Amino acid sequence: MDLFEPGRQALSALVHPVRIIASTPATLTARLDENLASRRALIAENQRLKDRQQMFEARLQRFDSLEVENIRLRRLLDSSYEIERPVLIAELIRIDLDPFSHLIEIGKGSRHGVYIGQPVIDERGILGQVDQVGPLSSTIRLISDPSHATPVQVNRNGLRGIAVGTGAIDQLTIQSLPGNADIQVGDLIVASGLGGRFPSGYPVGKVQRISHEAGQPFLTIELTPLAALDRVRQVLLIGDESDE
Amino acid sequence: MSETTHRGGWVIIMTILLSLILTIMPLPEVISQWRPEWTALVLIYWALALPDRVGVGIAWCVGILQDVLQVTVLGAHGLAFALIVYLTVQLYQRLRLVPIWQQMITVFILLLINRMLLLWIRGVMGDGDVGWQFWAPAVTSTLIWPLVFLTLRAVRRRFRVQ
Repeated sequence: MDLFEPGRQALSALVHPVRIIASTPATLTARLDENLASRRALIAENQRLKDRQQMFEARLQRFDSLEVENIRLRRLLDSSYEIERPVLIAELIRIDLDPFSHLIEIGKGSRHGVYIGQPVIDERGILGQVDQVGPLSSTIRLISDPSHATPVQVNRNGLRGIAVGTGAIDQLTIQSLPGNADIQVGDLIVASGLGGRFPSGYPVGKVQRISHEAGQPFLTIELTPLAALDRVRQVLLIGDESDE
Repeated sequence: MSETTHRGGWVIIMTILLSLILTIMPLPEVISQWRPEWTALVLIYWALALPDRVGVGIAWCVGILQDVLQVTVLGAHGLAFALIVYLTVQLYQRLRLVPIWQQMITVFILLLINRMLLLWIRGVMGDGDVGWQFWAPAVTSTLIWPLVFLTLRAVRRRFRVQ
């Protein structure tokens, strides 16, 4: 695969205009929607965003002191604390890729410092990771892709597992927890940080259904991803702290 | 052969580019699985009309471009398109003579071969299972073939592509 990588990257840059042209109608209609939005709707949205902003800031006040406390406690335990990582914002290029895998294309590439395996989130949770990089654009494999697995843990008690994509855009599954595992419907599932790819603590999904078939050693756990996998428009790429 | 001069190459390039754009143009999810294989259809048409100009080599290159655009395995579409264009070039003398509805049968078979190759490559690469929807584009592409054929023929005559 690596042998062809430079060629693929060059071709990717070469066909970039095709991507731009193909995405134009969808981008234009979206922009038109924004332009034609009524004044009242805009004011309402503005108000809503302000409210949310205020709420978040109130929560952040507590977060700052908690973070300091956490660092202090971890120092007592001699374990490291992950420092905040730099974040890069990228717009989605609105084109359809292979309909049988869960991939999306974004408008930032290796020129902007995107690298393969980089974790990608939206404002609610983990979206996926960078799968292929071109100079001007890159491809993200979503966590719902059947070939994608995310190391996770239950936020409530730290129980670890692996969330695998099912091929349905709104469902993940954890298959390797024994029948007596302490997990409940509604539990928040976050990235465990094992595997070193996704930073720990970012939300992945909520447990939606747990079933245990008699005779099966493991539970079947269905998660609903928190990130808006199918309607995301902007993504955040989490940078490597060693980069900066 | 020595008498005819090649002309209108840019028309061929434009139609192929347009088909690539249509291939990745966003569609609602319900329809997108039924999206016709525009590139395959356009390549089949040009191989049928001008087999001495559009052959296996161009099909391969266009397939590679589509692989890069759709993020499929590099060479998957290249191989599939090269094969169906090779078959078209072999068959063009017969295909040109028959009425359109009989062409549709051949085109349907070509597109099935195309899909089957893609399915095999997916299988070899260990990509996930696909349902019956994988074959849907072959059906819609065949149904839309008369339209593509007549449009491209009009374009070819209008711009005197030789």
